[in-house]
Amino acid sequence: MSGMFVHNLRLGAFSLRRNPLLTALMIMSIGFGVAASMVTYAVFRAVSGDPIPQKSSQLFVPQIDNRGPQYNRQGEPPDALNYTDAVALMRAHRAPHQTLLFQVGMSVMPDDAHKMPFKALGYATTVDFFSMFDVPFQYGGSWSAEQDEAREPVVVISRALNQKLFGGENSVGRRMTLDDRQYRIVGVTENWDPKPRFFDMFSGNAYARPSQVYIPFNYAVDQKIDTYGNNNCGSDGKRGDNWDSWLRGECVWISAWVELNTADQVQAYRQYLDGYAQDQRNSGRFNWAPNNRLRDVHAWLEHEHAVPPESRISLSLALGFLVICLVNTVGLLLAKFMRRAPEIGVRRALGASRADIYRQFLAEAAMVGLAGGALGLLLTGLGMFGVGMVFEPQIAMLAHLDLSLVFLTLLLAVTATVLAAFYPTWRAAQVQPAWQLKSN
Amino acid sequence: MLKMTHLSKVYRTEVVETYALRDFNINVNEGEFVAVTGPSGSGKTTFLTIAGLLETFTGGQYHLDGVEVSNLNDNERSRIRNEKIGFIFQAFNLIPDLNVFDNVEVPLRYRGMKAAERKERIMHSLERVGLASRAKHYPAELSGGQQQRVAIARALAGSPRLLLADEPTGNLDTQMARGVMELLEEIHREGATIVMVTHDPELAARAQRNVHIIDGQVVDLAEDPRFHHSVMAARANSPA
Repeated sequence: MSGMFVHNLRLGAFSLRRNPLLTALMIMSIGFGVAASMVTYAVFRAVSGDPIPQKSSQLFVPQIDNRGPQYNRQGEPPDALNYTDAVALMRAHRAPHQTLLFQVGMSVMPDDAHKMPFKALGYATTVDFFSMFDVPFQYGGSWSAEQDEAREPVVVISRALNQKLFGGENSVGRRMTLDDRQYRIVGVTENWDPKPRFFDMFSGNAYARPSQVYIPFNYAVDQKIDTYGNNNCGSDGKRGDNWDSWLRGECVWISAWVELNTADQVQAYRQYLDGYAQDQRNSGRFNWAPNNRLRDVHAWLEHEHAVPPESRISLSLALGFLVICLVNTVGLLLAKFMRRAPEIGVRRALGASRADIYRQFLAEAAMVGLAGGALGLLLTGLGMFGVGMVFEPQIAMLAHLDLSLVFLTLLLAVTATVLAAFYPTWRAAQVQPAWQLKSN
Repeated sequence: MLKMTHLSKVYRTEVVETYALRDFNINVNEGEFVAVTGPSGSGKTTFLTIAGLLETFTGGQYHLDGVEVSNLNDNERSRIRNEKIGFIFQAFNLIPDLNVFDNVEVPLRYRGMKAAERKERIMHSLERVGLASRAKHYPAELSGGQQQRVAIARALAGSPRLLLADEPTGNLDTQMARGVMELLEEIHREGATIVMVTHDPELAARAQRNVHIIDGQVVDLAEDPRFHHSVMAARANSPA
């Protein structure tokens, strides 16, 4: 059987050289169709993947409606918390793990006075951030809960920043200056940059450049380090006169995450959120019914439209183009196969069953598909350079041609061509040998 | 070897039924060389395609090598064609993209034969028809007579029980036709059963027996006096 399969592939490869124009048209049709699909799929895959698959169903975003229905869009509470609610949730500690974060942007002041300061973006966050999001460390680790509470000036930096500042050496214990403050380095992360950056969708950082620094949340608040991310004060836009009034106000700027490992924990946390909102209502802060949400990572990304609509549209269009190319291929294969009706008649007379004809012609189609896949691969590679013309640069840079995409391109080309070949092959297998031989 | 009893083949359209064969009876014994003759449109080729399981029939019975074939499925018919029947066509029907060796190999491939045995059989068949030296040539590089010899080698390679030849010399000039006919006679002498369709009285005269068809039925050769006379004359002139 395998010998016959190889023989059929050989015949198929040989057939590519027969009717070169027809063959070239088919290969181009498949190649362009597959390439268009793969380029757009590469983008779609980059933006629609699960950024933390091992935990995405255990990590939740609590949302509390702190401003009332008149400020809500389609009844949805704000996508972040104000300081009051964020701190309240942390203190209540109703989840096994919870964290708060907001984006910070600080100037790194190199020890070498000859070097220019540069901007480093990162997060002010709490200690559970690192364990909840499985942040890998190259050196050291996160700061402790005690250091967090004690407002110690400690910092975790990225591997890239460590490379830049310390040449990649173990810098744990060393000091660095951010803005005008001295920090002690306690950890260096490995390269870690989940895409989309699910934990900071609020500030529009889904596809931003990797974070470089992480400092303790309480220390940042104490030092009045302002958020570098979004700060949403609702339509009245009142931030307050000073730092304390901002903290006490209803502006939302803090992303909160909780880790809940069982359905019971999720249910209990929902009840807690509702109870908290009801307490706020009872105290006169809210004058509306509790309107909370608790979304896991998938629901959160869906809510935040993490997959750009143009990515879905372009993928749909590309798949439609592929279908058109395949319909074209069906016609070309039909022409190619039916021109060989006399040969089919002879083969049938010499003992080929219909199944043999199917095997031979589908193998031939597979060879056409493989050649089309090879062209598609080349065009996909070229197409990667053109992604930036359709998508925003930070999204376009995510698309890349890796081994899995190479394999998928070839698989798609071969599978699609073999599927397209079923009708022409069926027609070929229906050739009546008697008529062919009589007509000769 | 081949026995058709009250066999009929009807081609139906919406408005007309055409009998290609009607109450057709024939019995070919093992080792016979039978010429099937008749005027154009008499049903000779239809008989041959049914005999070769290339076409189904409408009624009657057909036993091939003791097997009633009317209820066989496509796979079984293909297998019998492959193992028991060898075809020789008027138009040679070689596959132009395959060389001589590969053309002869086609039926052996479908039998699932191992490469070594295939090669041995192919070369033996080509030697038998005198074309072993042309194994790597393509059909277009051969004369008509050589192409028909390749077709005969292809038919013989599978050691079939029955050789069906449809006007095997129809596309050849006299000299080439003589060579092919001598080859068929030689194959018959070696024990093959041959059924040859022809409208050529000289070829028919060289067969052991003539079966004459008119309007889809087997008739006595004497019912076609002109053809009968031609066959008799050819036999009289035959050196054998």
